Order: sequence, then structure tokens, then C-alpha cells
Amino acid sequence: MSYEVIGISVLWIFLYGYLIVASIDFGAGFFAYYAKVTKQDHIINKIISRYLSPVWEVTNVFLVFFFVGIVGFFPSTAYYYGSALLVPASFAIILIAIRGSFYAFENYGSKQSNIYMFLYGATGLFIPASLSVALTISEGGFITEQNGHVSLKYFELFTSPLAWSIVGLAIVSVLFISASFITYYASRANDIPALHLVRKWALFWATPTIIMALTTMIALSQRNQQNYENMIDLWWVFGLSMAFFLIAISLLYIGKYYGVAFIAIMLQFLFAFFGYGMAKFPYLLYPQISIENSVTNPSMGIALIVAFIAGLLLLVPSLILLMRLFLFDADYAKGKK
Amino acid sequence: MEFDTVTISRLITAMTLIFHIVFATLGVGVPLFISLAEFIGIRKKDKHYELLAKRWARGFVISVAIGVVTGTAIALQLSLVWPNFMQLAGNVIALPLFMEVFAFFFEAIFLGIYLYTWDRFKSKYTHWLISIPVIIGAGMSAVFISTVNSFMNSPSGFTMENGEFSAVNPFEAMLNPSTPTRVFHVLGGSYLTVAAILAAIAAFALLRKKGAAEYHKKALKMTVISMFVFSILTALGGDLSAKYLAKHQTEKLAAAEWHFETEGNADLVLFGWLNEDNEVVGAIRVPGFLSFLAHGDFTSEVTGLEATPEDERPPLIIHYLFDLMVMIGFFLLAVSFLYLVLSRFKRWDVHNKFILWLLALGGPLAMLAVEFGWLFAELGRQPWILRGYMTVEEAATKSPYIVHMFFLFLALYVVLGTLFILTLRKLFKDNPVELDLEKHYPELSKGDKK
Repeated sequence: MSYEVIGISVLWIFLYGYLIVASIDFGAGFFAYYAKVTKQDHIINKIISRYLSPVWEVTNVFLVFFFVGIVGFFPSTAYYYGSALLVPASFAIILIAIRGSFYAFENYGSKQSNIYMFLYGATGLFIPASLSVALTISEGGFITEQNGHVSLKYFELFTSPLAWSIVGLAIVSVLFISASFITYYASRANDIPALHLVRKWALFWATPTIIMALTTMIALSQRNQQNYENMIDLWWVFGLSMAFFLIAISLLYIGKYYGVAFIAIMLQFLFAFFGYGMAKFPYLLYPQISIENSVTNPSMGIALIVAFIAGLLLLVPSLILLMRLFLFDADYAKGKK
Repeated sequence: MEFDTVTISRLITAMTLIFHIVFATLGVGVPLFISLAEFIGIRKKDKHYELLAKRWARGFVISVAIGVVTGTAIALQLSLVWPNFMQLAGNVIALPLFMEVFAFFFEAIFLGIYLYTWDRFKSKYTHWLISIPVIIGAGMSAVFISTVNSFMNSPSGFTMENGEFSAVNPFEAMLNPSTPTRVFHVLGGSYLTVAAILAAIAAFALLRKKGAAEYHKKALKMTVISMFVFSILTALGGDLSAKYLAKHQTEKLAAAEWHFETEGNADLVLFGWLNEDNEVVGAIRVPGFLSFLAHGDFTSEVTGLEATPEDERPPLIIHYLFDLMVMIGFFLLAVSFLYLVLSRFKRWDVHNKFILWLLALGGPLAMLAVEFGWLFAELGRQPWILRGYMTVEEAATKSPYIVHMFFLFLALYVVLGTLFILTLRKLFKDNPVELDLEKHYPELSKGDKK
């Protein structure tokens, strides 16, 4: 395998990692606010903040990792995406900043305030929406280049069914992933009232997730024929994704094995996400950037891969430690420690 | 409206960095002092130090949050505001950027663990050990990001062919000529600044005489000793940096010292201003000291600004920034030295108002010195973004929306800064040391009241 393929695979894994951990985080913000409005916050807020407090910073790193990595492996992406995404990405930065810092202010500083909770919940849904613009424009046709000036066609973007489907898919997936994770966490903590509440949410958000996935497929087939056909060729990958979805839903429905259910959901998104990624290959931005023509020079590519392996040797044990202390430690989850 | 995207691009980056650097400096330095306090507390079985570590950690969380989000902002802005620069330089500096993220990742994981496991382990040393990876992670992020900035000042590790970098050697790029001195100066300066700020907090608390004097005196002693050590190291780092500039980046040193003509036995120029003919007025001249600063020899020749083509010269305003940074550095050294000398003599009260006020002033001044130092370093390499290869003008985005983004980010930083101060105030006002002591260490609070 050539190093650019290794590079994009690694980055795709990290983006997937971000998708999962950030979804849990973003969705939790929304649910925390929703619970407050519907006066159910006493049931679930404790469980949400016990999980999120030690890990929110780590979540952010996954994202930074991805975009530093992609600019490192494929410097041309900085030119095209950087120029075109100035506005949407700046909004994403602002939202992330509001969310991250407000979270700290609220948790360590003042007592619960409605405005904080609202912003915390709202940003959780706007961030995936603004980040998903990058996925939309990667399908091609949304940017122009004139005299070395790359710009985004905003009208085209805002009237595109594909853009809105992707935004919709991002938001409902966030809520679905998050609800099913909190269900699992509540079951670890043996918190029955919370479990009942979030299990309902998880089941509720499953349907729009699948509907939006199909809508996005249709919109994609009209936008980028090539990408769509590649996806059809990879039908078995998406079939597996669907199968894991059904497993997860059945487990949630019968109310058993929430851990397995959440793993099934992770696999559902893993297959869907990698299937989508493979169907895009070899384009990072259709048709301007392909993987081969934009890759960094070989010595840097190899250095990055070496750094990556060394970094993983350091990170994986640390992450396992973190999870053992806060996620798989039943006493912690129950609030005894 | 007519505006210049290049200027706005520069302003937006400057604004983000000026804001971020405050929290980045705290992020590098504070873990070291939390860890030190916890260690002394365990060794001496002194609850005061334990409480010191806990309270510093509590405030630190808030600053980390802002550090993380503004750090994310600057990481993304590199590509958003300077797309052409990243396209070119991404080939050479991707490695240290990547490694910086790893260090950050490492720190984030262990910081989370550290903050939430105060009472979870049997041995107190186990919890203390977790602070070590946090210090290392924080320090290494500073090291890696400083190598990136050094590369922009002294690009190396590649050859240029048809406007693109080839034959790239990532390690040579990281270990470019200005890396060693810069890393040394940045790390030393960060630890010095944080020591000065923590000392200022203790000094200020003692000035207000609200109680828990013993606790604050211990904090002061520990931080001022560190201040003294790190101010010597930072001054040494600064001296080495000047020697590097004299050799590799002559125009920056010459502009900082208003040294126009190349000459031997060059004078060091302190303060003053420039008149209309660009002549130095009202300055204090220290004979021969610039030569000494540049090469360690009073008679050596120092290259003047006239050796640099006019359109490649940095702005002359950096002289003031340089002077202010150096002055504050020496002020911190002098104050901490004075404290240490006075504390040797029992007859004098080292905690007198004068010393305490000087120390209270030292904290904010130290943070200002960090800002001056960075402004000096960054303005000093104008007009280049990659010295000798790419100008700032060629690198900036051409998007007209940059001006809107400027105001958007300005608003963000105003909000974040205000909330930061409000939250910290609330956090420590609602929960003063006295209360903490009474609640958790009742035996100590009695001793204090005597």
C-alpha cells in the first residue's frame, strides 16, 4: 500500500473517531437542555456530566488531529478547502469555542443557568451542521477558482438538496448515537429512571437516521453520479451497516445488552462511513484534488506515518486508562467515586 | 467599502495569537507548579501545599478550556487565513504540527485523569505521578509549535524547485538554526511568567490581609524561588537568542536596536525615539554592549539595517517591544532576588508592603513581557511569512469575507475574556482559602488564627 493511501486511511479513522466521540458530546448537550425544558433534568443531568467532565477535552483533539493531519498529508487541501471554507469553518470555530468554554464555565464556575444550557444544547447541533459543509463541497461543483482566488458558491450551496440532506443526516445521527451511548452509560450506572428516559430517545431517533441516510443517497446520485455508482458497487458494505443497525435497534427495543447495542451502532456508522470514503476514492475534492496529485513529498509522508505509529503507542494505552477509570469503572459511573 | 485583505488577515491572526498566548503560557507553566506543590505537600505532609495544588488546579481548568478552544481556532485559521502558505509549507512543517497535536492529546488525557482522581488511589504518589505526563505534554506542545515558528524565521531542510519544496528533510526543518534558542527562551519564559503570576496572587492576598496568611506565605516563597531560577534561565535564553539573531537574522536585531550602519564596538540603545530623519533622539547609549550582546565581544562588528534591502526591513517600532520585554525580565529578576536576600535576614520582614506590591505588579508585567516578546519576534520578520521565501502578502487569503470574520472573532474573544475573569472571580470569591481550610483541614485553620 502506498503511503498516501495509508495516510488517508489513518485520517479517515480519526474522522470516524471524532464522529463517534463528538456525537456523544454534542447530543448530550442537546438532551441536557431538552431535559431541562421538559423538567426531567434531575433524572439524567448527573449522568451526562459525570461522563463528559473528564473527556470533553479529548473529544476536541480528534478534530484537530484530523485537520492538521489532512493538511500535512495533502497540503493542497489547505489551499482549496482553506480558501473556500473561511466562513463556514470560522463559524464552526466560534461554536466550538462557545461550547467548550461555556462547558467549563458552567461546570467549574457558576451554577446552572438557562442561557448556558441553551447555548450548550444549540451549539451541539450547529457544529455538526457547519462542519458537514466540508463533506458537501467535497462532492464537487460548489467552488470556483478565478485568478488564484478560490471561493464558495453560497447560493448553489444553500439551494442544494444534497447540502441539506447531509446537514439533516449529521444532526439526527448525532442524536441517535448520543442517546444510545447514554443509554449504555446509564445501564452501567444502574440508573433505571435515566435508562428508561434515554432508551426512548434512542429508539425515537433511529427512524430519522435511516430516512436521512436514504435521502442523502438520492441527493448524492443527482449531484455526483460517479460517487453514487461507486457506492452501489460497494453495496455489501452498506448492507453490513444496515444489518448492524437492525441488531442495535432490536437490542434497544428488547432492553438488553446495551453495551452490545452501542457497539453495533458504532459498527453501523463505521461501515457506512468507510463505504462512503471508499466510494469517494481517489478524490479529496471532486475534481480538483485527488489523493495522488496532492500528496506531500515522500520523506514527509513517511515521517508522518512513523510519528503516527509512535504517537499511537503512547495514546492507545493512555486512552484505555482513561476509559477504565471513567467509563468502565462501574463505581465511578454510579457516582460513588 | 475598500479594505485590504492582507492587513485584515494579519490583524485576525495577531488578535487570535495575542489572546491565545495568555492561555498557552498558563497552560505550559501552571501544571509544573501544581505538581511541585502537590509533591512538597506529600513529602512534608503539609496540607497547605496540598490545598495550594488543588486550588491552582481548580482555576487552571477554566484557563485550559479557553486555551483549548483558542488553540483549535489558531490551528484552523492557519489554513483558512493563510491557504497559500499552508499549501507550500505544509510539505515541510506537517511533522511538528502533527506531533504537537499528539502532545496535546497526551496532555488532555492525563489532565482529565488528574483532575478527577484526587482521592481515588491508595498512595498519594500515584495521583502525583499523573501530573508528570501533563507537564511533559504541555512542555512538548510548546517545543513542537516553537519549532514551526522557528522554521518560519529560518527555513531549512529543503531545496526550492519551480516554486515548490523538494528534497524535504523533516528533521532538519524542525531543528533549524533558530529552534534551540527559541525553545529555550519560550519554555523558560513561560515558567517564569506563571511563577510571577502565582506569586502575584499570593502577594495580593497577603496585602489584603484577609487571613490564611501562612498558606499564602508558603505559596509566595515557593513561587518566588522559582521566579528567580527561571528569570536567570530566561535571560540566558534571551542572550542566546540575540546571538542567534546577530548571526542568522541580522535585520531583526538591527531593527530592534536601531542599528543602521554596520560597525564594530556597537552601542546598545535603550528607549528614546526616532525623529523625522530617522535619527535616534533621547536614548541611553550603553557603549559596546550591542557587540557584546551579539557576539560576546565588545569590539565585534554588528551588521546594520542598511545591509538589508529597504523593502525587506522590519518595522522600526519593534525597538520599544524589545526594550520593554528586556526591562520587565530584569525587573522580575531583581524583585525575586531582593525577596530572597531579605528573607535571609530575620530582622527585616520580607512580607512588607513594598516587596509585596512589587511582586503583585510582577505577575501582570510578566504576561505583558510575553506579549511584547512575541510581537517583537513576529513583527521582526515582516515582510516575510517564510523568511526569504514567501511574503505575508502572497500567503494571505483573498476572500473578502475576512473582514467580517475579524469582527466575529473580536466579539468572541471579548466574550471569552470577560467570562474568564468573571468565572475566576466567582470561583475564588465564593470559596476563599479560609473557607476551604475550615472545611477540609480544620486543624490548620485554628493554627492560622493565632
